[in-house]
Amino acid sequence: MNFFFEVLIGGLLSGVMYALVALGFVMIYKASGVFNFAQGAMVYLAALSVVGFIEKGAPLWLAIILAFAVMTAFGIATEKFVLRKLVNQPPIALFMATIGLAFFIEGIAPMVFGSEPRALELGIVDEPIPYILERWNIVISKFDLVAAGVAAVLVATLALFFQYTRIGRALRAVADDHQAALSIGIPLQHIWAIVWGVAGFVALVAGLMWGARNGVQFALTFTALKALPVLILGGFTSVPGAIVGGLIIGASEKLAEIYIPPVMQDWFGGNFGGIEGWFPYVLALLFLLVRPEGLFGEKHIDRV
Amino acid sequence: MIKKFKPACVAAAISLTLLSTAASAAEEQFFPLIDYRVGPYGSNGQAFYGGFIDYLNYVNLKEKGVNGVQMTYEECETEYNNAKGVECYERLKSKAAKSAGPIHTMSTGISYALIDKSAQDKLPLAMMGYGRTDAVDGSVFPYAFPLVTTYQMQASAIIKFLKDKNAGSLAGKKIVYLYHDSAYGKEAIIAMEAEASLNKFQLVQIPVAHPGNEQGSQWTRIRQEKPDFVVFWGWGVMNQTALKTAQKNGYPREQMIGSWWTGSEEDVVPAGDAAKGYMAATWNVAGKQVPVIADIEKVVYGAGKGNLQDKAKIGTILYNRGVSAAVLSVEAIRKGQEKYGKGKALTGEQTRWALENLNINEARLKALGATDLLPEIKTSCDNHEGSGKVKIQQWDGARWVPVSGWIEGNKGLIHPLFQASAKQYAKEKGITPRDCTKEK
Repeated sequence: MNFFFEVLIGGLLSGVMYALVALGFVMIYKASGVFNFAQGAMVYLAALSVVGFIEKGAPLWLAIILAFAVMTAFGIATEKFVLRKLVNQPPIALFMATIGLAFFIEGIAPMVFGSEPRALELGIVDEPIPYILERWNIVISKFDLVAAGVAAVLVATLALFFQYTRIGRALRAVADDHQAALSIGIPLQHIWAIVWGVAGFVALVAGLMWGARNGVQFALTFTALKALPVLILGGFTSVPGAIVGGLIIGASEKLAEIYIPPVMQDWFGGNFGGIEGWFPYVLALLFLLVRPEGLFGEKHIDRV
Repeated sequence: MIKKFKPACVAAAISLTLLSTAASAAEEQFFPLIDYRVGPYGSNGQAFYGGFIDYLNYVNLKEKGVNGVQMTYEECETEYNNAKGVECYERLKSKAAKSAGPIHTMSTGISYALIDKSAQDKLPLAMMGYGRTDAVDGSVFPYAFPLVTTYQMQASAIIKFLKDKNAGSLAGKKIVYLYHDSAYGKEAIIAMEAEASLNKFQLVQIPVAHPGNEQGSQWTRIRQEKPDFVVFWGWGVMNQTALKTAQKNGYPREQMIGSWWTGSEEDVVPAGDAAKGYMAATWNVAGKQVPVIADIEKVVYGAGKGNLQDKAKIGTILYNRGVSAAVLSVEAIRKGQEKYGKGKALTGEQTRWALENLNINEARLKALGATDLLPEIKTSCDNHEGSGKVKIQQWDGARWVPVSGWIEGNKGLIHPLFQASAKQYAKEKGITPRDCTKEK
């Protein structure tokens, strides 16, 4: 039973890491109704900026501030040079623009900051907590707990921001209808620049946690792959949905990886491991059959 | 008289110029470089191809080429993408029609895509430490060369190393084989199973889905299995993630031993302290203590002709691997010139013969300043691998330190597996294998 709980807790903590990336997608989607294909690349850019500034002699805290400045400037530039011309265009046009943006970032970021994989030390040790290990024989690392704490603070802040601030309300109005929002005086360009800046901040947090865990390298762009099933499950417009979706996906993929392959091997022979790459997608698709808008997604009703 | 003589002189001068141009063109040995320096694995390619090109320039500067034949090259960027690899090959093959050194793609996927094409075009394909491993059997694959060693021989050598560490026996031990769930990761399974059966250890296979940036469940299982060793076949981000997750689960890194794709500086530096004590196989050593590496820095970079912008890469595992690949390629050109004429560039067909008749012993390695950089190698029609040896190195937190001599895998166990696979391939493709006893 201990083993089951160890897998479950490990999965939940991994899910928090997925949710950190998923939150960035949610931010953009809430503001513009667009799936931001470049979110994984933004995570890479943010982490690469941090290690790039550290290599140029900046201390960690300053490197993080400078990286935030890079991400904010990037957000403003994206609004000005990419999105402004696409106001009132179909969402697919905006989606295509984000694909271009992803390739642009993946090409330019290593040119500026170098492409070598590098370590990022945040001063948090990724080792088992001795007390928990000795008492229950379960591995929980300090790093994972810090990541969970960071995600909790981030979600609370974003939820409050969307719910109770003028910008948050304006942002939701823009998401519903660009033209209607413009007609009542909401400055669309302003709002988009802010939301891309906030998405950049979320990418920075995700980049710091993932970069510290696995090193800063091109593969950070792949973190987006882990966030997609989380979004399908949690809904594209819900901040709490990203967290709950992350927890469900994290826990279920770990349990599946441990318990399903042995059964498959008994039935069919051969080796059936390595299923956690596709299992979350199957789970998310099955979930869509029951609840197409996701767990916390907004039900969309069109008037005829 | 003078008026008649003048046009004749001009004509003679033009003819001589044309002839000398033709002669100098013939004195260039062309290397088609299907490489990658950008994209997800760009930093690996930068070091490898930087080392490769630096050695070609080194030969040109130090010896004025091979018997006067200058080494030339043209690069084509693949971004480690199979389709682009084929496109690059098609672009460069016409240039390689006159003279061609071995093609190095540093990609198993691209090598697989080119294996039939290169044979048709009579251009030799070198796959040093990657690619189609049953091409060791040159009777079926005359133009493909998995030189130095293969995944299966490497796995066998790792087992031999572990066996030696355990007083000559692994009986009753448990070894986890943690692998990238891809063709690359699965290549060594057949060798691990054969070794498990021979040495009576328990083998537990645990795959990791691509890209491998999350390995929580795999390491939870490893903790439950309590293996004596973890043999590790990773790639890219999977390597750092494994080391970090091993640390998180309290598994000693000194009991982890990886393949050569998990054993470069790029694989361990991002993992920080988690990588300390970890071991990996390699078919070339790191460092500038190797005379030829130090001399390249002096001669090539001294002349301002170095290929790398970042000189810190000189002496890294992948840089030295690029130099090793170039050493073997240039030695093949030298060998070919002995047969086909000194001072003449070789065609792809002639280079193929040379690659099949390499004999680089310790004395030759010493003369090249490459002692201990790579193992001795002797190829033949039925052995395109030529060595099968690796060293085991350990990361001390700052650099790779060799902890073994050259270890040869169990050839008697592994090579019959290649022959059986090559035979099957020949049957499927309708190839009549060459009679190696008649090849010289």
